[in-house]
Amino acid sequence: MGNVILDVTDVSKSFGGLQALSNINLRVEEGTVHAIIGPNGAGKSTFLNVIVGRLAPSRGRVLLGDQVLTGKQPHEINQLGVARVFQTPEIFPDLTLLQNIMIPAFAKRDGQFSFGIFKSLFAERGIREEAEHILEDVGLIADRNKVAGSMSRGDKRRLELAMCLIQDPKLFLLDEPTAGMSRHDTNSTIELLQRIKERGMTKIIIEHDMHVVFSLADRISVLAQGAIIAEGTPEEVRNDPKVKEAYLGGETL
Amino acid sequence: MSNTQIATPRQELLYMVVLSAVVLTMPLWLQPFGAAYPDLMQKFMIFGIFAIGYNILFGLTGYLSFGHAAFLGVGSYTAVWSFKLLSMNVVPAIIFATLLAGLFAWLIGFVSLRRSGIYFSILTLAFAQMSYNLAYSVLTPITNGETGLQLNQADPRVIDRMAGIEATSGLPNTNLFGLEGTGYTGFYICAIILIVAFFISMRIFHSPFGMKLRAIKSNQTRMSYTGYNTRPYLLTAFIISGMYAGLAGSLLAMTDPLAGAERMQWTASGEVVLMTIFGGAGTLIGPLLGTGIIKYLENIFSAFNDSVLHNMFSFLPDWLNDILTAIISPFVGEGWQLLLGIVFMLIVIFLPGGLMEGYGKISRMIRDRRQKPADDGSSDTQHSTGEV
Repeated sequence: MGNVILDVTDVSKSFGGLQALSNINLRVEEGTVHAIIGPNGAGKSTFLNVIVGRLAPSRGRVLLGDQVLTGKQPHEINQLGVARVFQTPEIFPDLTLLQNIMIPAFAKRDGQFSFGIFKSLFAERGIREEAEHILEDVGLIADRNKVAGSMSRGDKRRLELAMCLIQDPKLFLLDEPTAGMSRHDTNSTIELLQRIKERGMTKIIIEHDMHVVFSLADRISVLAQGAIIAEGTPEEVRNDPKVKEAYLGGETL
Repeated sequence: MSNTQIATPRQELLYMVVLSAVVLTMPLWLQPFGAAYPDLMQKFMIFGIFAIGYNILFGLTGYLSFGHAAFLGVGSYTAVWSFKLLSMNVVPAIIFATLLAGLFAWLIGFVSLRRSGIYFSILTLAFAQMSYNLAYSVLTPITNGETGLQLNQADPRVIDRMAGIEATSGLPNTNLFGLEGTGYTGFYICAIILIVAFFISMRIFHSPFGMKLRAIKSNQTRMSYTGYNTRPYLLTAFIISGMYAGLAGSLLAMTDPLAGAERMQWTASGEVVLMTIFGGAGTLIGPLLGTGIIKYLENIFSAFNDSVLHNMFSFLPDWLNDILTAIISPFVGEGWQLLLGIVFMLIVIFLPGGLMEGYGKISRMIRDRRQKPADDGSSDTQHSTGEV
C-alpha cells in the first residue's frame, strides 16, 4: 500500500432539495489511476467540482496529502498541486499554443501572483523551452505559433492536457478526456495518458468509454445517484452484481 | 508582427526608433495638414498618453472602464494645487498627480473589480459621476466648483519663494527647470513623456505580466484553475492605467493651468474608450492612431460652419450648393460628434479590431497578391507557417 494522496471523507453536496452527493468516502493512493464511472447525472462532475474548489461541499472534508482543500479557492488548490481538464476544453483561445503552455508554467514557477511588469517574455528561455518540450510530447509542436482558438477540438483537448502536464501536478483530474473524439484520437490520448502513468502522476479520471477506463484504471469507483455503490479493481467492479444492475442494466461488460 | 507572438528586443528597438522619429518630427510633417501648431500637438500627446494607459486595462484585460476621466481630473486638480502651493515647476506636479491618481485608482479599482463585465463598467461609471458631482458640490473648497481651479499671483508657491523666484507681473508660467510648459517647448516635454509612457506600455505588453493579462481576457476560468489569483493582476492593470490618466491630467494642467470638473464627466471617459477602440484596442500603436485621428478630425470639423461650407462648394451652381450645405451642416461645427458617431459605428461594425485590423487586412492582401505570381501553387505549406 502506497501513501494516500487524496482523502475524501463524508462529502455531501445538495442543491436545494436535490442531494447530488451523499456521504462520499474515497481514498486515492499515490501514483495510481482511479476511474470514476456512473450513469449521467450520478454526480461525477459535481464530485470533481468539489475537489477543485468550484463548489463547496455541504458537509465533509477533502484532504490532499495532509493539506485541507475544503474551503479553498480554485487557484489555491491548483497551487497545492491539483490540475484539471474539463469536459469542454478550457484553453486561452486568443493566445498561441506556446503561450497557452507558458501561462501554467509561470503559475507553477512564480505562484498565484507575481508583479514583474518589466520582465521580458523573450528572455524567459527556460520556460519557453520547457513549453516547447511538452508541445512536442503531445504532438503539437508544429502549430506552436498558431492561435489556439483556431485548432480542432481534438487538438484543443491535447493542448489542455499539455497545459496541465507542464505543472507536473500531484493530482491530475480528467473529466471525460476523450469525449467526442474519434477512435484514432482516443487511442492516441490513451497512449499519451499511459505514458504519463509511467511518470507516477496520480490521476482521477471520469469516463464513459469503458475501453479507456479498462485500459488505464488501477481502481474504479462506481457512482450512482450521488453515492458510491462499488469500488475495487477493474476485475472486481466488472463482476459486481450491484454495478451490473445499477449502471449497466444487467448487461455484461 | 502579429500581436500574439513573442516580441524580440530588435522589434522593440525598431518600435521605439520609429515612434520617436514620428513624434519628434511632428511639427514638420503636420505642416501640410495644417495641424502643426503647439496647442493641437500637445493635445495629441496628452490624450495619446491617456489612451496608451487606458489600453493597458481595456486592451489587455478586456475590462471596460467608463470612469477613467475621473483620474484625469484628479491629475489636473493635483497638478494645479502643486503649482499653487509648491512650485510652478512641473516635476512635482507630475509626480504628485500620478501618485494621487494611482491611489484613487486603487480605491475605485478595489471596489469595482469585485464584479466583471457590464457590472464593472457601471461601477466605474458611477464612481466617476460621483467624483464629478462632488467636484461641483461638497469639494468646492478644493476644486473651486464651476469656476474651476485657477492660479493666482498671491499663491504661496513655497519652493519657488524659497528659491527666490517671485511672480512680478501677471500670472507665472509653468516650466520644467526654466523650459516653458506651453508652446513648442510644452509640446516637446509632452512628446518625450509620451515616448517614455509608450516604452513602459510596450514593456508591459511584452512581459509575462502582460501575457497573463491577455490570458485573463481570453479565459478567466482557466486562469483560476491554472493557479492564478486574477484579482491582483486586474487591480495592478487598473492602477497603472489610472496613473497614466493622472499623468495626462497633470500635463493638461501644465499646458493650460486651469482645472475644471468637466474633465471628469462621463463623456470624457467615453472619449478615451472611443479613441482606443477606433485605433485598435489591445494593439500597441492603435490607441495612439485613434487619438491622433479623432483629435485631428475634431479640430477640423468642429471649426466648420455654414459659410465655410458655402465657400467650399462655391464652384457648384447655387441651388446645389444650398442643398449640399444644408445636408452637411448638421454634421460639422457643433454637430461634429454626429459625424464621429457615424464613423465610429462603421468602424465597430466592419472593423471591430479598429484601424489596426484594417491595416492588417490590407497588408495581408498585398502580401498575398505579391506572392501569388511567384508561388505558382508550388508551396501551399509556406503560407501557413510563414506568418511573422
